[in-house]
Amino acid sequence: MEKVIEVHNLVKKFGSFVANDHLNFDVFQGEIFGFLGANGAGKTTAMKILCGLSSPTSGQVKVAGFDIYKETEKIKRNIGYMSQKFSLYEDMTIAENIRFFSGIYGISPKNRKEKQDKLLKDLDLESAKDSLIGSLPLGWKQKLAFSVAIFHDPKIVFLDEPTGGVDPITRRKFWDLIYEASDRGITIFVTTHYMDEAEYCNRVSIMNEGRIEALDTPDNLKKQFGAKNMDEVFLKIARNVE
Amino acid sequence: MIIMIPLLQMLVLVFAATYDLKNVNIYLVDKDMSSTSRELASKLDASPFFTINNTSFNPDDGEKAILDNKDHMVLVIPQGFERNLIRDDKASLQLLVNAIDGQAAQLGYSYAASVIRDFNKNIIAEWKGLPEFNPPYQINAVSRFWYNSELEYKWYMAPGVLCILVTLIGLFLSGMSLVKEKEQGTIEQLNVTPIRKIQFLAGKLIPFVVIALFDLSFGLLIAKLVFHLPVVGSLWLVFGFGMLYLLGILGLGLFVSTLADTQQQVMFVTYFFMMIFILMGGVFTPVDSMPHWAQIVDEGNPIYHFIRVMRMVVLKGSNFGDLIHEFIAMSIIGITFLSLAVLRYRKTA
Repeated sequence: MEKVIEVHNLVKKFGSFVANDHLNFDVFQGEIFGFLGANGAGKTTAMKILCGLSSPTSGQVKVAGFDIYKETEKIKRNIGYMSQKFSLYEDMTIAENIRFFSGIYGISPKNRKEKQDKLLKDLDLESAKDSLIGSLPLGWKQKLAFSVAIFHDPKIVFLDEPTGGVDPITRRKFWDLIYEASDRGITIFVTTHYMDEAEYCNRVSIMNEGRIEALDTPDNLKKQFGAKNMDEVFLKIARNVE
Repeated sequence: MIIMIPLLQMLVLVFAATYDLKNVNIYLVDKDMSSTSRELASKLDASPFFTINNTSFNPDDGEKAILDNKDHMVLVIPQGFERNLIRDDKASLQLLVNAIDGQAAQLGYSYAASVIRDFNKNIIAEWKGLPEFNPPYQINAVSRFWYNSELEYKWYMAPGVLCILVTLIGLFLSGMSLVKEKEQGTIEQLNVTPIRKIQFLAGKLIPFVVIALFDLSFGLLIAKLVFHLPVVGSLWLVFGFGMLYLLGILGLGLFVSTLADTQQQVMFVTYFFMMIFILMGGVFTPVDSMPHWAQIVDEGNPIYHFIRVMRMVVLKGSNFGDLIHEFIAMSIIGITFLSLAVLRYRKTA
């Protein structure tokens, strides 16, 4: 399988604080890769480096086949990103947001029209096309932000705690969207706090204090740690380190 | 907003920020009660600037009126004023002026003095039987005020208020724009897209240039219609310089925005710059009477140059050749601010 993310000995320091301590992992085309860890474990830092928002202190990183140091702008053409802070423009309508981001990625107006109609139909938001983002409920906003993040068909989409603050049903529906995207061949790189969500991933890595402590499929991890569910795996790893 | 702000600012500020002197209240203490003293008093009262508000025989009452801020001036005509004038050919008067507001005091004093001088001349002519228009041995200096012959202060203030308006809009809008994206988190979303730095900054500049230039034209229109501001020079020059000016101001706003994390910080910093620019820029007080160091500092003050250009072009009809200095200075300021903004804005932290 084709590797879409290759990370070797990635180190990120803020002064004397080591946020990412020699990370090594690969992510394959089309998989759902769960990036887990406690608060402050260094997940968001690593993800920001992969998205080109922040530069690493040392190590080799390739995203979508491009070098993180020299080809950041090429990487940016091939990725989508959705942060924990909701980030479409609140004072623009759904259609305006789509038009704006399509413009940035150079999607032609005709192409946009087709994709927009499909998106609104899939999300059942046709009647809300001209409502301001700010007026929508959080669950809708998140689904919309995800759909806009993959609107330009990126190779990889990075989701930074995408389902924070919504009820389990809405979360479940959000994961349906993730599976659909994954079926289309888009690689999903997702951080989360919810261990039930970790079960939905193809492979999971668990970070603690800047290091990756475990990396495997959820089933293998449960076997390895003799745990019933991912919750226990997570707690065991966190306790071992302490 | 875009219409209301300039409208209100032009209509309210230009009238309010006038130096024209009207309604100076005089407290008259006429101890002479002669025909000459009465004639002088009625002459002052007849002038459009002065109103004789109160009279009394006690100068202390006049002082009290000034203390209570009821009157601006006390005119004391001493006993024997007329007698002295006839017998000795000279007499004295006392004029007490409330100088809390220095500018108004000085203007009021000189207006009053000129009324009295005029009155003086008339008596000489009357009594000595000489023709009024040909007083003996007197040099008569006639002054003409060029470019604003009637000293219409609204014509002087209108371009200044417009400068402030354009600055306010440019500085605050651009200052808020980037930091608002930081607060909402949309900047991160943009930074992961392949958008180019130059595209992003152009997107932040162009709308504000358009809005500010629209308000500049709107303000000029109001000035023309309401104050009958004569526009002697070329409007192309005003707008050409306006564009250059806005690039500088917006550059500064963006630069502040790249440094700040919250809208409050931007408010504080831009307010600080606004105050310095306006107070030193010569909107209300002439730069020529500022200390030498301040005049040198003003070379780096965009408002100073913009106001000069506005007044010179609008009132005086200066052409590009007269304004080369301002154009060069403004280009340097503009390029500096813009480069700071471009250098400071980074997609990757």
